[in-house]
Amino acid sequence: MDDQVLLGLVLDGDQAAFTSLVKRYHRLLVRTARFYVRSEPQAEDVAQDTWLAVLRGIDRFEGRSSFKTWLLSICVRRAISTGEREQRTVPVDTTDPGPLVDPARFNSAGMWSQAPAPFTDSVEEAAGNANLVAAVQTAISDLPDPHRLVVTLRDVEGLSTTEVADLLGLSTGNVRVILHRGRAKVRAEVEAKRQVDER
Amino acid sequence: MKLLHRDIVCQQAVALAGDYLEGTLTRRQRRRFERHLSACDGCDAYLAQLRETIAASGSVEPEALDADTIEGLVDLFHRYRDDED
Repeated sequence: MDDQVLLGLVLDGDQAAFTSLVKRYHRLLVRTARFYVRSEPQAEDVAQDTWLAVLRGIDRFEGRSSFKTWLLSICVRRAISTGEREQRTVPVDTTDPGPLVDPARFNSAGMWSQAPAPFTDSVEEAAGNANLVAAVQTAISDLPDPHRLVVTLRDVEGLSTTEVADLLGLSTGNVRVILHRGRAKVRAEVEAKRQVDER
Repeated sequence: MKLLHRDIVCQQAVALAGDYLEGTLTRRQRRRFERHLSACDGCDAYLAQLRETIAASGSVEPEALDADTIEGLVDLFHRYRDDED
């Protein structure tokens, strides 16, 4: 069922609709909040506060953005104020976490010495390949923040680069840098895992 | 592959792949990237892997919530409803 329809039911007191939204988004809220606060329990608290704000209808959803973006923006505002209370500075780490691809894969001229091979026959097939999806999921959860959060919001949740930038208060250029790093790392992890599996 | 001075090598192509996917390369960079790709199976495969990674990411389902967390939030829902009434 559509998120906005579920929200309407929730505000009418439908518990099943509330549970559906919780199952869909609670982990995402915790993960998003965790970027701003010190601990997992605090991130849980922020996520819970976010649901309470939804129930209270404090920030009314007016359909200008997607429900998801609206929900996340409530969460981020609350997480930032919680983070500020404990004087945590948000670690937007843009230090170079190393090369996109292991330099040992290239020869001295900068050409592939060990070239990659596609994971599947087509991009369409990749989306339906359970093994690949599972490997990608693991690789994303192993990413450090901010890469994990940015890849999750952009590639798993389907927000646009601009939406991610607005939500996290970053420039689109900054989001792209983080996104590229994160995607490249996920690709490398998946490739490494498949090579191990094939042995 | 015979290199011309304006050609890029694989390591440079890899560095451009992210911006290529986001459509943010300059026209000149994009031409160089695509010219390299048309002659290089390795970089073509690298780009395919990135596209596959992104496509597979879109199929990742939300992590399952444990029963306690769901129960806690449903309690919150009822507490709020009771306060309302």
